[in-house]
Amino acid sequence: MLSKRRLERRVKARPLFQRGILVRAIGESFRKLDPRWTARNPVMFIVEVGAAMTALFWARDVLRREGPASFDFAITMWLWFTVLFANFAEAVAEGRGKAQADALRRAKSDVTANRLDERGNVTRVPAPALLRGDLVRIEAGELIPADGDVVEGAATVDESAITGESAPVIRESGGDRSAVTGGTRVLSDAIVVRVSANPGESFLDRMIALVEGAQRQKTPNEIALSILLSGLTIVFLIAVATLAPYSVYAGAQQSVTVLAALLVCLIPTTIGGLLSAIGIAGMDRVMQRNVLAMSGRAVEAAGDVDTLLLDKTGTITLGNRQAVAFVPAAEATPEQIAQAAALSSHADETPEGRSIVTLATQQGASGAPQPGATFVPFSAYTRMSGVDLPEGTKIRKGAPDAVVAWVREQGGKPVEGLSHEVERIARSGGTPLLLARNTEVLAAIHLKDVLKPNMRARFDRLRAMGIRTVMITGDNPLTAAAIANESGVDDFLAEATPETKMEFIRREQSSGRLVAMTGDGTNDAPALAQADVGVAMNSGTQAAKEAANMVDLDSDPTKLIEVVEIGKQLLMTRGALTTFSIANDIAKYFAILPAIFASAYPAMQSLNVMHLATPQSAILSAVIFNALIIVALIPLALRGVRYEPRGADAVLRSNVLFYGIGGIIVPFLGIKLIDVLLTVLHLT
Amino acid sequence: MTLTGWAQTLVFFLIVLAMTKPLGLYMAGIFEGERTFLSPVLEPVELLVYRLGGVRQDEEMTWASYALALLAFSVVGFLYLYLVLRTQQWLPFNPQHVGNMSPELAFNTAISFLTNTNWQFYSGETAMSYFAQMAGLAWHNFVSAAAGIAVAIAVVRGVVRSSCKTLGNFWVDLTRSCLYVLLPIAIVFGLFLVWQGVPQNFNDYRTVRSVSGFVQHITGGPMASQEVIKELGTNGGGFVNANSASPNENPTPLSDLVEMLLIFSIGSGLTYTYGRMAKDTRQGWALFGAMAILFFAGFAATYAAEAAGNPLVHHIGVAGGNMEGKECRFGVSASALFATVTTDTSCGAVNAMHDSFMPLGGLVPLVNMQLGEVIFGGAGSGLYGMIAFVVLTVFIAGLMVGRTPELLGKKIERREVQFALLAILVTPILVLVPTAIAVLVPAGVATLGNAGPHGFSEILYAFSSTNANNGSAFAGLGPNGFYYLMTATNMFFGRFAVIIAVLALAGALAGKKAAPAGAGTFTTNSGVFVGLLIGVILIVGALTFLPADVLGPVAEHLALMNGRTF
Repeated sequence: MLSKRRLERRVKARPLFQRGILVRAIGESFRKLDPRWTARNPVMFIVEVGAAMTALFWARDVLRREGPASFDFAITMWLWFTVLFANFAEAVAEGRGKAQADALRRAKSDVTANRLDERGNVTRVPAPALLRGDLVRIEAGELIPADGDVVEGAATVDESAITGESAPVIRESGGDRSAVTGGTRVLSDAIVVRVSANPGESFLDRMIALVEGAQRQKTPNEIALSILLSGLTIVFLIAVATLAPYSVYAGAQQSVTVLAALLVCLIPTTIGGLLSAIGIAGMDRVMQRNVLAMSGRAVEAAGDVDTLLLDKTGTITLGNRQAVAFVPAAEATPEQIAQAAALSSHADETPEGRSIVTLATQQGASGAPQPGATFVPFSAYTRMSGVDLPEGTKIRKGAPDAVVAWVREQGGKPVEGLSHEVERIARSGGTPLLLARNTEVLAAIHLKDVLKPNMRARFDRLRAMGIRTVMITGDNPLTAAAIANESGVDDFLAEATPETKMEFIRREQSSGRLVAMTGDGTNDAPALAQADVGVAMNSGTQAAKEAANMVDLDSDPTKLIEVVEIGKQLLMTRGALTTFSIANDIAKYFAILPAIFASAYPAMQSLNVMHLATPQSAILSAVIFNALIIVALIPLALRGVRYEPRGADAVLRSNVLFYGIGGIIVPFLGIKLIDVLLTVLHLT
Repeated sequence: MTLTGWAQTLVFFLIVLAMTKPLGLYMAGIFEGERTFLSPVLEPVELLVYRLGGVRQDEEMTWASYALALLAFSVVGFLYLYLVLRTQQWLPFNPQHVGNMSPELAFNTAISFLTNTNWQFYSGETAMSYFAQMAGLAWHNFVSAAAGIAVAIAVVRGVVRSSCKTLGNFWVDLTRSCLYVLLPIAIVFGLFLVWQGVPQNFNDYRTVRSVSGFVQHITGGPMASQEVIKELGTNGGGFVNANSASPNENPTPLSDLVEMLLIFSIGSGLTYTYGRMAKDTRQGWALFGAMAILFFAGFAATYAAEAAGNPLVHHIGVAGGNMEGKECRFGVSASALFATVTTDTSCGAVNAMHDSFMPLGGLVPLVNMQLGEVIFGGAGSGLYGMIAFVVLTVFIAGLMVGRTPELLGKKIERREVQFALLAILVTPILVLVPTAIAVLVPAGVATLGNAGPHGFSEILYAFSSTNANNGSAFAGLGPNGFYYLMTATNMFFGRFAVIIAVLALAGALAGKKAAPAGAGTFTTNSGVFVGLLIGVILIVGALTFLPADVLGPVAEHLALMNGRTF
């Protein structure tokens, strides 16, 4: 809950446009005019070449004092604006990442580390001098100098620098919570950490590089889309270039300025100009959800996920089981049972134990522990815990077979009636315990897995997206089936071991499905690496984090659902803007073709369906529309197309209507409006 | 437009619809290696062909070896036809003593028939011996169609197979297309045409004195056998210059109907074959649906333009549709239908002169060809061209459902987009650039029959037709060295660049793993998809041609409405 509240705060805290980012982006857009930069984007490169050419022709007109200099000037300016707007979109997207990187960099301030040598001697060295494998000791109040695994001790750590989460977390040696991150602060105790990253390769370094876009590589889908856009650009280049001789033949020779204007209107500048901004913004959205994706590819793959593997404990259910009922044996009264249950668990600090006390208190047991009682803690050998009271009474609770054996040992005769109840509890997905006092079994305790709230709704949402959810649990199939049924998950893998997990992932993949999973332990590392999308919890081990292609800083296993949505949004935004961009061409043709051929074929005027004022205002309006639409769509590119989890056909239908049909109609209106404004303001 | 005109078209279409499934099913069986009712007769022949050719039947080929086999076969076929045309004077079956063809015309003609184009810079009745017609041209009419079908099947295999490197065996597909598909149909309908009155003999032309006293040469020869494959294989090269407008090639309304049905048969049947091989016949029907809608739209436009007639002719008191260049036997509607059918496919046979159509009536055949002839399309080439469009549609629109786009469960990524785009974009490049060269050089405009936009349309039509391997012409354009070379180059690349691109596409798809469909998968068999496919075909396929088309037919139309002609 805490993380969710903080998440909302974070998302809200970062509006789409911030003044500082915008100012910096304006400067950046001019710097990006460098042809070496634009050459990476063939569509915008062609626009820039066109703008340079029209500028030359404008200069010629001015020098010769003849020709339509003001028209050439207007076209030239708007072609440059087209490039600048595209650069601006990219710069804003990058700027948002940079702002985040700067915040991270602050955490990377100069740290001095206490390096231990083999004999345990301490040397003080600057953090950048630490190498993989070094041991460092960190005391309370100190910053952790580098990424690593705790090899000795336990400590509370403030990780707010990277997660934004203010509540401290526990990091301890052994187990699945051993990874620490450079730049975070130890609050209490002292730990010894083995450094796991060389300088410049740390988590924070990677995070900064990723959000800054420095390491941005085009994702597979982005590459495929770039090929499509380049192909269309080449063909339109040919169509416009061949139009020059055609119009000479028709006796309507066209100036280079007009042809450049037509070309820029026809090539897919809208999507071409926004493509990289969409990608950067997508990564940024993932970051805002506090997930660190190691590559854009991983986010894109998340959108394609077919099967989602979720650990039962901690993901679908709260980590702890709770006692929900005492099923009495024939002779015992409820009061006796409640009292015995409370006594047995007062000293039991496990969540299960506390929940038994809570339930017993509700049923009338006195709240106070009996003085002088000796607590018998749970052990893997006895599989029971309990209490020995001073007057000799022994109370035990634990695994049914263990308790039955203990009662026999005490000389009692366990009742058979409860074995039926025990089985019923197991079948319903619960965990049965038996409660015994001396020689008699008092009751069965029904411990139940408690589902996290709203899980069913989440699974329904995933199902609507076409994603199958599979619960992974160590429980037996009977219990697993009951919990799967209750939570609404599609399928389950019971009695799972690391091997069966791997086997399951491989099987899904071999039938062509993309698998996503979350994990935190070292045990999970191979499966995380095998899965197409593996999300490691930040609280997990370094091994898990390295095997995964995303790390969730909040350690919230259901976060994967949001990442999937962002991945889908990313692809949808590209598709929608591509469709929109291509559909725009129809109106632009209707604006420009009648304008340029009206002199040779006056009858062409009847194709001027928008009734644009003059040929020059028609061409200029189309070019201005083409430039402004890039700016108008920057918010959409940064925010992404709204995604609703519905079937593919429904999503497609509404997007085609909105971006396809809209893409045909909007430019007709826009160009007409600009033409009216130009005419009213006498700008042509 | 008349009710009869539409009724005729509807009857024609319903027969096409009715024959799609049986023919498609039959072809699917043939190419999946099943035995058919013709196997007892044809199998010995088939096996003999393999033995003679040293073909190992079960040897599978990668896309590259498939393409190489096709190219090798085509090179040999080209040399053979060139040789026949250059030596026909000395070869048998030449009662008219037709001379040898000139090198440049023979070169152009050999490329033309090799590529299933049948662009003809000659008149069959004066330039071709019967031997050249039968053993040269008709041979290519069969094998170029069979090669097209083979490539289509290879591409379908690429789409439906998964994690597989190979696409089948070119020699087997070629042989089976010829033996089991083309030959039986050609024999049955060849006889049908003979019954309708198409000549089939080796006689010299007959010279008769007509009632009005003129001396007339009536052509003969082995015409029916070539007529049938001309339509069935979407070749379109007429035995005589007037093509299917001639009463000898197309004597009756019934023969006219059957010829049009033959033109559409393979293209429509293959859509079902695709669905069948994809184990989801709705996939095939979706393509059929998109094709049918585009067919009706094209027909309606042509028919409307032709039925409205020429306002200038109306002014001089002649009412009615445009009858210039049309056979009175067929009239406006049947001519408009034939023109739509023959340019939807890469056939190019004509029963009226397209050059004489109204500007907008002529625009439709032009656009049909510029789309790459995917509306039922050429034998095989229609389907593989359409699949390239399907891949592109899936890529553009599929993104909008929020998944990496998939076609039958296979992700459409970089390589697939690359090859599909290549297959589609070859068309505008090969049409627009040569047209630009033609209007720039003196040789390009020297042989034009008309001036102004109509002259421009003639050039544009020539390159649209040769590039799309259609072969029909706006007749105003005369041959010269420039056009011999330019059209031959265009036909060659229009055919083989596309084939290599789609085979590479198929190779890339075949190697992919197919994911099972789920609720989040983009479906390619729905009505929305049909709409999108049509949208992509029109926008991506036609938008690049718009400026050129505006300067040709559209400018001419607008001028005509203002009383100007060229």
